[in-house]
Formats: sequence, C-alpha cells, structure tokens
Amino acid sequence: MSLLTYLYVLLFHAAALIMIVGLARKIWQFATVPAPLKIPTTPAPVTRGGVAMRLLREVALFESLFKSNRWIWIFAVLFHAGLLLVVARHLRYFTEPVWGLVHLAQPFGIYGGMAMVVGLLGLWARRLVVDRVRYISSPSDHLMLALLVAIGVSGLGMTYVVHTDIVQLKAFTLGLLYFDWQPLPGDPLLLIHLGLVAALMIVFPFSKLLHAPGVFFSPSRNMVDNPRETRHVAPWAAPLDTARDR
Amino acid sequence: MAKAKFETPAFRDYRDIPAIQPDAMAHSQPFIAKPEHQEPLGFPGELVDDWENKAVAKLGDLLTRYKSLKVFLDSCVKCGACTDKCHYYLGTNDPKNMPVARQDLLRQVYRRYFTLAGRIAPGLVGARDMTREVLDDWYTYFHQCSQCRRCSVFCPYGIDTAEISMAGREIMDHIGVGQKYSNEIIGKVHKIGNNLGLPLPALEATLEDLEEEVKEDTGADVKYPVNQQGADVLLVTPSADFFAEPHIDGLVGYGKVFHQAGVSWTVSSHASEAANFALFIGSYDQMHKIANRIRQAALDLGVKRIVFGECGHAWRVAYSFLNTLAGPWDFLDPRYPVPQHICEFTHDLIQRGALNLDKQANDHMTLTFHDSCNVARASRMGDTPGGQFHIPREVIKASCNKFVEMDPNTTRESTFCCGGGGGLLTDDLMELRVKGALPRMEALNEARDYHGVTHMAAICAICKSQFTKVMPYYGFDMDAVVSVHQLVGNAIQLGTKE
Repeated sequence: MSLLTYLYVLLFHAAALIMIVGLARKIWQFATVPAPLKIPTTPAPVTRGGVAMRLLREVALFESLFKSNRWIWIFAVLFHAGLLLVVARHLRYFTEPVWGLVHLAQPFGIYGGMAMVVGLLGLWARRLVVDRVRYISSPSDHLMLALLVAIGVSGLGMTYVVHTDIVQLKAFTLGLLYFDWQPLPGDPLLLIHLGLVAALMIVFPFSKLLHAPGVFFSPSRNMVDNPRETRHVAPWAAPLDTARDR
Repeated sequence: MAKAKFETPAFRDYRDIPAIQPDAMAHSQPFIAKPEHQEPLGFPGELVDDWENKAVAKLGDLLTRYKSLKVFLDSCVKCGACTDKCHYYLGTNDPKNMPVARQDLLRQVYRRYFTLAGRIAPGLVGARDMTREVLDDWYTYFHQCSQCRRCSVFCPYGIDTAEISMAGREIMDHIGVGQKYSNEIIGKVHKIGNNLGLPLPALEATLEDLEEEVKEDTGADVKYPVNQQGADVLLVTPSADFFAEPHIDGLVGYGKVFHQAGVSWTVSSHASEAANFALFIGSYDQMHKIANRIRQAALDLGVKRIVFGECGHAWRVAYSFLNTLAGPWDFLDPRYPVPQHICEFTHDLIQRGALNLDKQANDHMTLTFHDSCNVARASRMGDTPGGQFHIPREVIKASCNKFVEMDPNTTRESTFCCGGGGGLLTDDLMELRVKGALPRMEALNEARDYHGVTHMAAICAICKSQFTKVMPYYGFDMDAVVSVHQLVGNAIQLGTKE
C-alpha cells in the first residue's frame, strides 16, 4: 500500500479521535455546568414532554429562525436538509450490505448535495451583502463556509466531472472502520474531498459547529416552565440557604 | 453625558431596518458607582490592581456556574437572525447594539482565554485580549441592554443576551467598575427595604393619605395597611407604587380589589419593594439577600399568601426565581401559587363574579396594552403557557369598553421593551432611553392613527416611569400611560358587593 493510503488512514483516525473526544468533552461541560435559575424563554412548555417537542421543532424545523428571518431560514434549511441527505447517501460507503433506506436515499443524496451548496452560497451572500451580517463576521466565519462549499463542490465534481473508483473507495472506508486497511484511490479530487472532510471533523469541537450539541443544552429552550411548583436549586447556591436566619 | 444634545429619532417609513452607524452610541455610559455604592455590596470601591487577570478569572468562575453562559458563548453561528431584533439597535443604529455584537464583546475575551482557536489564532476567530478598550466597550454596551430577552425569542439556539450582559456587569462589579444607579439602589434596599429609600414613617403617612383620598372619592373605608400582623395577603409591590404617577393609581386599584373581595392584606416595611435590582447586575448573592427579605416579612407577619403588584423584572424574579431564592414556601397556604400576580388575583375574582365593575367609568379612554418584556418572555400567569398575555387583557377588557391591540409584531412574546428596563431607568442614560423607545412608540402611533388609541396600559413600574418620561419626546401626553389596576380601580363599584 502507498504512503498516501497510510497518510489518509492516519488522518482519519486522528480526525475521528479528535472529534469524538472533543465533542464528548464539550457535551460533558454543557451537561454538567449547573443552571442556577429557571430561565426558559416564555411562553414555554410546562411539562418535560412539551420541552422535548419544543426542542424537536427547533432542531427539525428551525422554528425560532422561521419566526425571525425567512431568508436565513430558507438557506439554512437548504443546507442542513441537503447535508442530511448527503450523509444518508454516503452511508453506502460504510455499510455492507447497504441498508435498504440508504439505497432509497441515493438519488436524493445528489439533489441534497446541490441544495447544500446553494444554501451555503445563499448564507455566504448574506454575509457579504447585508451590512449587519458583514459587521459580525470574522475570518473564521467565511473560512467555515469556504470549507463546506469546497466539500460540497468536490463531492459533486466526482459525480459529474471526474469519477473515482468507488469500489476501491468503499474498501478503504470499510477498512477504516474495521482497522483492516485497504488502498485508497489516488484521484486528486477525492484526496481533496477527503482531506477537507477530515479538516471539518478536526475543527468541529473547537468552532461554532458546537451549535449542534449546544441547541440541546440551551437553558432558554430546554427548561420546563414550572418554577412555582418545583423548587430548583443549584448545588453551588444551596449553601446560601443555610446562611439565612430561617 | 446627561446633558448631551440628541435628536429624537423619526418614525421610520415601513419599519425598514436601519443601516449600521458604527460608534453612534459609543459616548453613552451611565455614571460609575462610587466606593460608597460598591463596598456595601461587597464589591471593590474602584478599579482593582491586576484587573485584567481578575476579570478573566471571574469570567472563568461564571463559566462553571452558569450553563447559559457556557452554552451561549460556544453556540452562536453569527447567522444574523437577531441583528434587527433589539430596540436599541433599531433606535440608535449602533452595530454594537445588535444582540450578537453585544455578546461578541464578551465572546471575544472568552475565545482568547478559554478556547483553543482563540489562543492559537485570535485574529482568525475574532478573539481579543482583555484591555482597557474592551472594558470600556463592556461598560458602554452592557449598559445599553435592558435584558428584555427579545433576541432570545428569535435566536435559533435561544441565546439570551440578557445572560451575557448580566455576566458582563457581574464581572465589572468584581473588578470595581459598577453602575451607580443599580448599586446605589440595592444598597438602599439592604438598609431601608425599598429602592426609593422610603422609611416606615413615610410609608405610613403616604398610605394614610391614600386612605383619605379614596374615602373622599368613593365614600368607602378602603384600607391601605402597613405591617399588619396576621393579614391574609402580603402585597409586595414596586415602591414607585407608593408615590409616582400613574403607579399610585394602580395601588389605589389593588386596595379597592382587596376591599371588595374582603381579603385582608398588608404591605411590609421590611420588604417594601418588589423590584430586585440584583437581577440587573447578575448577582445571585445580592438577589438572594433581597428576595429573602420577602421570606422574612412573610414569616414575621404570619401571612398566608404573597401577591405581587404590577412590575416587570420583579415578576420575573418573583415568578421564576422566588421559589429558588427564598423558598420553600411550605408555611404558606398551599391552595394558592406562591407568589401570585395581582392580575391573577383580580382575574380570578372577575371570573367568579366577585367584583362589580362598571366599564363605562373608563369610557373617556381608548386603550391598548403594552406587554412588559420580562412578564412576556421570562414568566407566566395562570396555569397555561401564554397566561401572561391573556390574563392582563381579560382584566382590562372587564374594566373598559374600548380596547384595541397594537401591531402583533410588537406584542406578546414579540413585544418591544419600553427602553428603560434592566437598570437603565436613569437620567444619565436619557438619550438611550428615548431612542430605545422608538419601536414601541411607532406601534403606538400607528394604533393612535388607525384606531384612535388614547391610552396605553402597562403592568410594570419601569415601563410606566419610562413612558411618562419619554412619550412627550414623541408627541404623546405623559399621562397617556396608565396602570392596569388604575382601570380596575376606576371601574370598581365600591359598596355594592362586599
């Protein structure tokens, strides 16, 4: 096997490790830092089931964003829904035999890839054109969009311009999963695509991509509106009660 | 700064979103607290040595105590959804008044000292060292946030800039840079029991006068008791209700409601303040101390229930935090929620037919209702979500014939802050207050043009004071803002039910 294969094997194992450990660490922090006060943005659900529904609507439909700004909502849905379809399509590289649903997702995955790129370009255009959004953008915000667009375009390029040996690629990806390493096809477009995906995995836990786990831990969205019924006290705040007279 | 000349913003055509004008409000800062305002609260009197490191250390401490801070600082994607949602941005055009930009003032320091990307490549991710310039921005712009939570409604992750500005103020207090207005007032509460510094004799005299006035007006012996042992209800109300207009007309109304309901009640001189200004400075400690004055008063007076008067941020602390801060309330009557809002109390009586209200008494007014920000987005009334919207409206509609709504994009959970909440109701921020009122004034103006609205009712002491002061800048009478219980008080027919 070539040096290139070893390099990419190493890269993906390192990227996966960084992403998993980094995310686990962040999620642990999000989960364990206490919320001392009840701060759901009201009107808020009064039961845990209601909160689960609120979070589901937020994650699946981007409910608050819909209320907030229709353009951002359209582009964000195009990107995220597109990405979901793309990921579903890519599962064929990680499953053997390929699951039935993954078979069904194949053609939609391509449309998903297009939608994803269109959504990203729309978001990017807003970042450049709308003065308010331009003002709040850091270089990293543009870079993140560039990275995602490049992943999308290089992926679509392999569908429409220069094909790669997907049978060999699948052998490589399965080899990654089972630690049974197989040669990686050396097509430049594939190497770019995979390199960028690895980069995305590596920056995930250190960047604004943390909004993905963050939304589940947002106290303004995940707290139940029942402060009069249930007393809520954080461990660090409890000693204050013993200090009071009665 | 207080005397700086400024122009009242013009009503916008079609509510278009203004273009950014960097530093348009960079000159607006409230007076800094003196040592005598800082030290009684346990904060250093002036800027401490090595303040840069101490500020960063305090931020680190808060990150282990507040999930909101940790999650909010990490989760923003700079999508821009919030950028046109803040009334201060809409009124001032200063881009640092866009919620995300305000958060970024803290986030840039968080990234520099607490994230890998910010340590390695600060320029890339907008991370900055803790410098004098950053501190100045903090003081300027964390005091241009009324902690109204409108941004958090529209953020896809619920990021609440109020949590950020509270943390910013808490850090500044700990390095000796406090805001005079809030900290001086908190000191008065600790010493005297209310924000205005009204001692017991003044309170007694005021309430006695009130009893005489109501007697003259109505012929009824409505009582306004202080420190009455064994009363059923402890009324905790903002101290502005004891002397300011139109607040006091609301207090008159509460007394009439209790009178007709035949429920004995009292205010306490020890807890003669509903507002808990410690919320504004993000101090759990101070908030706990102030809230426990209410617990103390309830125990001392042997009351069975606690009812809060009309006050916005106060109702947030009361509804959402009082059980946490000063509970458990197992010594009170378990048949009633603790605490109750006066609107819940009155609404309940109206539903049971226990109040005799003559709506014609308010026929000289066409009314609309301003949802106060913290009632709307940080609390509830009644048993179901949204009760904070319909209960006050039901009370108003039971008291008057002519009620219309303002533009629905400016009411309920989308309501605009009055422009004076969150510790900004001070004369040294007059320009900010006037400009921040713009979106509400536009909606009110529209309601006046299309529906002939003459008066706007509110259930918050800050809203009432703020509107009284800023409405003349926009061509409204200062008395066009009224208390909800003023309407009830006008309509109630004493001597017919009790």
